[in-house]
Amino acid sequence: MDLRYLRENTDVIWEKTLEHLSLSLTALAIALPLALVLGILATRVRWLTTPVVSLVGVLYTIPSFAFMAFLIPTFGIGRQPALIILVTYAQVFLVRNVVAGLQSVDVSTLEAARGLGMNEFQLFRRVWLPLASPVIVAGIRTAFLAIIAIATLTGYINAGGLGEVMFAGINRAYPSQVLAGVIAVTALALAMDLVMRVLEQFTPVARARRAAS
Amino acid sequence: MDTIESVLEFYRERSDQVLELTWNHVELSLLALGFATLIFVPLGVIFSRMTRGGSGWVGAIASIRVIPSLALVFLFYPVFGFGYEPALVALTVLAGPPLILNTYAGMRQVDASILEAARGVGMNPAQVFFKVHLPLALPVIVAGMRSASVEIFASATLASFIGVKTLGQYIITGISLLDTTYLLAGGLLIVALVLGAEAILGAVERLVRPPVA
Amino acid sequence: MSDRNGETAAGSAIRLDHVVKRYPGAERAAVDDVTLAVEPGEFIVLLGPSGCGKTTLLKMINRIHEPTGGSIHIDDIEIHDLPASALRRRIGYVIQQTGLFPHIRVEDNVATVPSLLKWDKSRIRRRVRELLELVGLPPDQYARRYPMQLSGGEQQRVGLARALAAEPTTMLMDEPFGALDAITRTRLQSELRRIHRQLGQTILFVTHDIDEAVRLADRIVVLREGRVVQFASPLEIVTAPADSFVADLVGADDVLRRMSLIPVASAAQGGLTGRSSDLEEISGSAFLRDAIGQMVETGADRLAVVDEDGRPVSELSLDDIHDAVGEHEPAADPTVSAGDQ
Ligand SMILES: Nc1ncnc2c1ncn2[C@@H]1O[C@H](COP(=O)(O)OP(=O)(O)OP(=O)(O)O)[C@@H](O)[C@H]1O
Ligand SMILES: [Mg+2]
Repeated sequence: MDLRYLRENTDVIWEKTLEHLSLSLTALAIALPLALVLGILATRVRWLTTPVVSLVGVLYTIPSFAFMAFLIPTFGIGRQPALIILVTYAQVFLVRNVVAGLQSVDVSTLEAARGLGMNEFQLFRRVWLPLASPVIVAGIRTAFLAIIAIATLTGYINAGGLGEVMFAGINRAYPSQVLAGVIAVTALALAMDLVMRVLEQFTPVARARRAAS
Repeated sequence: MDTIESVLEFYRERSDQVLELTWNHVELSLLALGFATLIFVPLGVIFSRMTRGGSGWVGAIASIRVIPSLALVFLFYPVFGFGYEPALVALTVLAGPPLILNTYAGMRQVDASILEAARGVGMNPAQVFFKVHLPLALPVIVAGMRSASVEIFASATLASFIGVKTLGQYIITGISLLDTTYLLAGGLLIVALVLGAEAILGAVERLVRPPVA
Repeated sequence: MSDRNGETAAGSAIRLDHVVKRYPGAERAAVDDVTLAVEPGEFIVLLGPSGCGKTTLLKMINRIHEPTGGSIHIDDIEIHDLPASALRRRIGYVIQQTGLFPHIRVEDNVATVPSLLKWDKSRIRRRVRELLELVGLPPDQYARRYPMQLSGGEQQRVGLARALAAEPTTMLMDEPFGALDAITRTRLQSELRRIHRQLGQTILFVTHDIDEAVRLADRIVVLREGRVVQFASPLEIVTAPADSFVADLVGADDVLRRMSLIPVASAAQGGLTGRSSDLEEISGSAFLRDAIGQMVETGADRLAVVDEDGRPVSELSLDDIHDAVGEHEPAADPTVSAGDQ
């Protein structure tokens, strides 16, 4: 394996890695609140549940590159459109898990919370959301990894990041440069996976489970 | 609608090329699915029969999921250069996680008492395996093949970046020309292929599922 | 009630007037024109077969379900005159599935309502310890645990403590011990009795276990298809069932069942004699079946009946048992027996 490019352009790769991470984090930061609102609405408003869940299910089967193809005619290319694509695609994983998480909470627990006199807001903040959080946080991890993966693809539409490094290498037929991008994005994905798995351990439910085992 | 008209027009005018790219896409995907099944299902079986360490291996292979698929496709380019081989290897590796996870889980989930009963009626180890254990695990294994085929058909699109003429080619051209017709024509066919693959393997899955359970 | 030792009334009066609940699309009403008046501090058990509307009736009182007709008053306040959450904070609520919050510790579960009511920290902490002591869970051992680290019985105790936290004057309990083994169940029943005596709230308790009903209730409401068929003391229900449905439900024809439901105190007719102190003793709250057992074991034909403090109050003979079990009319006069204890 030819690591020359990686060795000689460490600063470029590092810069592109940060750019990739910042694009991905920005997308996640926008996508998450949106998905929470959508997921909560889909759970609470009965007639919305089925349409939202099936829409998300359909979107889920669309390959990311095809998904990009469908959005480019509307949004164009560049960093801004890339962000829109990432945020939209992340909804699939996020909304899915927000709904699944909220639905996984035992109804008798919610009823007890109401019975104790919590109003809907307190019920949500103190009981429903914390109990749904393991599933939601798992969804955030999947979504984040999907975002990082698609942010590689959006390198092709001039959105920067490590994809740009790889595509440049392909265009120059320079394997070492491609490899540098591959290694960096893989390292980034593995690192973020690890970070998210550690964060999962800090949900109240995970803490309680740990104490009980 | 205009766009739909133009996409249909596109399919009509270039039917030969459309068929060729579609066929390339399907051929590459099926080959990869075949190789992956031959490699990862036996591995999953072996890991499931290991008294210890099996789940560790499964976990290690499953972590391939974290790597962005574009990075995987590009990973083998420095080794093989442009063309079919790096794409085939990448797609085969990509199918590893769903296949190995499901094979392992499918084999492990079979009730020990059933296997004991099979031995009890005088089957030898090979008979127990082929007549009882494997058939009972098959639905779960086929479900793994279904997820794997979705991954493969989706990612075969990306093989166009390293010179294999799959349907991704239309999207790549569509992005360069910023041409909506190309983008939609490619995207729609890819979605159709993925849904088709999922439907067919879903049908197989129902076929191999035992009447009860 | 007579067994509350003179504390100021800590229980609410509850009045149901022509309460109806018809679920949307249901053919018949789940609760059908129920009128009940519950005295402050009474322990009321709602008894009846599955689907007769016990849970529905209970949940209308804390407005988890809304009645489709009639009115419900707690201490002369119509429950809809209060915001639902304010109403519920004044009503303890305990359910079979416990509904404990698995992600927070026992102490935080118990502190739920006080913290909703914004009590200050030290007051909450004190209250939590007090409550855990009350329900028999030493705080040093249990406060920091998570619900998953408790047995089913311990979880129910925590559920009870949580419901009692803000000194509710009404407790609603829906088959709280339904999922427990017989021994744990009996132990919790007597502890609940003790807590009720000590605190004096009004309790509405749902069960379909007749033994449990008799052991706990001051009065039992027997429900059938959403209607009240009898509202009377346990003794009266057993000895004078209102109709054959109630008789079947409580097994009134079964001599053994009757013996296991009639308290010693209500059957004992013998006054104290000089010999009383020489006799084998039996608690007035034990049942005739226990008395027979003790007689057979010891060969005695008379037992001294003692009250809760161990003082002899009357004597019980074999004839008394025979009289009590043999009669079918409401001869075991409820007005006499209720005050007897
Ligand atoms: N949420 C609901 N929607 C529609 N019908 C309901 C609902 N809850 C209860 N019912 C119906 O109302 C009737 C009374 O139910 P309820 O739960 O009050 O019975 P129950 O006496 O508590 O029974 P169990 O002893 O089995 O708990 C039943 O016929 C039941 O099917
Ligand atoms: Mg019920």
